[in-house]
Amino acid sequence: MKKSAALHADFQPSNFTFRDLKKVEEILSRYPKGKQRSAVMPLLDLAQRQVGEDGAKASPPYGGWIPRAAMDEIARIIDVPPIKVYEVATFYSMYNLAPVGKYLVQMCTTTPCMLCGSGDIVKACEEKLGIHAGQTTQDGLFTLMEVECLGACVNAPMIQVNDDYFEDLTPDSTRQLLDDLTHGRTSSHGSLKGRKGSMALSGPTTLQDKAKKIGVV
Amino acid sequence: MLADQDRIFTNVYGWESYALAAARARGDWDNTKDIIAKGRDWIIDEMKKSGLRGRGGAGFPTGMKWSFMPKVSDGRPSYLVINADESEPGTCKDRDILRHEPHKLLEGALLAGFAMGAHRAYIYIRGEFYNEGSTINLAIKEAYDAGLLGKNAAGSGWDFDVVLHRGGGAYICGEETALIESIEGKKGQPRNKPPFPAGAGLYSCPTTVNNVETIAVAPTILRRGGAWFAGIGPNEKNTGTKLFCISGHVNNPCNVEEAMGIPLKELIEKHAGGVRGGWDNLLAIIPGGSSTPLLPKDICDTVTMDFDSLRAVQSGLGTAGVIVMDKSTDVVAAIARLSYFYMHESCGQCTPCREGTGWMWRMMQRMVKGNASVEDIDMLLDVSKEIEGHTICAHGDASAWPIQGLFRHFRPLVEQRLMDYKRKAAA
Repeated sequence: MKKSAALHADFQPSNFTFRDLKKVEEILSRYPKGKQRSAVMPLLDLAQRQVGEDGAKASPPYGGWIPRAAMDEIARIIDVPPIKVYEVATFYSMYNLAPVGKYLVQMCTTTPCMLCGSGDIVKACEEKLGIHAGQTTQDGLFTLMEVECLGACVNAPMIQVNDDYFEDLTPDSTRQLLDDLTHGRTSSHGSLKGRKGSMALSGPTTLQDKAKKIGVV
Repeated sequence: MLADQDRIFTNVYGWESYALAAARARGDWDNTKDIIAKGRDWIIDEMKKSGLRGRGGAGFPTGMKWSFMPKVSDGRPSYLVINADESEPGTCKDRDILRHEPHKLLEGALLAGFAMGAHRAYIYIRGEFYNEGSTINLAIKEAYDAGLLGKNAAGSGWDFDVVLHRGGGAYICGEETALIESIEGKKGQPRNKPPFPAGAGLYSCPTTVNNVETIAVAPTILRRGGAWFAGIGPNEKNTGTKLFCISGHVNNPCNVEEAMGIPLKELIEKHAGGVRGGWDNLLAIIPGGSSTPLLPKDICDTVTMDFDSLRAVQSGLGTAGVIVMDKSTDVVAAIARLSYFYMHESCGQCTPCREGTGWMWRMMQRMVKGNASVEDIDMLLDVSKEIEGHTICAHGDASAWPIQGLFRHFRPLVEQRLMDYKRKAAA
């Protein structure tokens, strides 16, 4: 896994404590006794979310990332040398090791999305936000990233903003989405062409009796 | 075409709620304990009779896989691990099961867990599927509250727990031993086999790793009988129904459950609205997710979608992620993008893959421009053969196959591009 973010972000808080200790306990309880090392990924995720919660209220805002102090705290909790946490945090692409924008915009550009015009979506994002992939806007609102297949190929092209997938994009609907996020308007996620899940846009080709009964078509 | 009454995933598009009441109305969790009462051997036997082959890509017979688990414990617990790390480009079928049919997965987990002597299942879901993971967690909670999981699960006398584990964004964790490493809290780097997971898997205990779709079809198979499932499909080695994902240059991309062995052309024309600009506008199709070699139109005209038919044309069913490319596609660039994907996702453990995937991508970039010689094509194919089969896991193979497929069918096109580039450079 190639990762551009350095382990040392410019700004590193000197300490980190988990706010939700009950959640930490619950995470540890998911794994057998003595196998608490398994909790490293959920704890990294929890730390990232906690930082993200603080960042959403900060001015300028920022998104979830994992300071080194959090990794050290996790190493203490699961009782492993800190390097064992660093190597996990640097291996997986979803752990941000440096601050990101409040909205982390991950643009899928792998072949199925590429065939459906993800290049135009990348261009729309870059032009709208005035930054390139890998950069963060000055106001701290957006970080753009090009990522590998996000597994929504029949709804291509698509992007992920924080936890949510936005699918069946056009350059126009992408600009509108970024506009909504900029102004704090919540956008409903899923298909922006209004189709249900992975059903064909023209309507179902199977289970048609059921579709009629439920009133899908 | 598969009849509606033979479809397993009747809520694949999420028309109805995922939740327990709606799932029960669709037939999930219907007398699960009666199935368990028939015993471990009956379940495995019925799975063998069904002819079900793993839906994650490799196509290993499921009943046989379950039978590898120890019948009597040597003191170590057994584990079922469900692979929901769906990341193969072109594939988005498990996502629909996770978000719209989670109770099929949970009931399947109980039945499979019982059949292999496991009291605990871990569902390893890719981290990006955050909302899908939340749905699974809600479904797990419902199932516990209704007594379907936990102590004496579904009144069967079998204790069974299900735990969700979220990944962190690494394609390689779809490889079963990398996935196990990842649950153990390590980098997702595949293990050498043997030992196979059934002997020493998660926490060095007997473990079976199954794909989401494989587990989710099990309850329906056991309820309707292995013979019913085996009756669908072209022959006894390619049976049952299958979720297909049709993406790329079609008029109506979609997921659909169809019979194994459906002709590729019929699949695309009936369900995906046909190729953009008509069937004659087709250039090539990747039939089973990015790892499977592409097929040119003349093969697509007649090939049927099952494990052995696709193997016979030097490709594979893989995950059944069908990626369609029409004549407007720069097929060299499309495959080069996959080379970038494999480079990005190499775990870095084996030298041929770590170094080779990057080298192949750089070479493929030159092929896209035409800035290479004909000898470079042969060298690229040579190197791809050196990577294939020389790594711990199949990532190396998977990175080589798309390139080999490209040159198998489109070598003249690339050679033309090299010549054009040379001519332009000279002028």
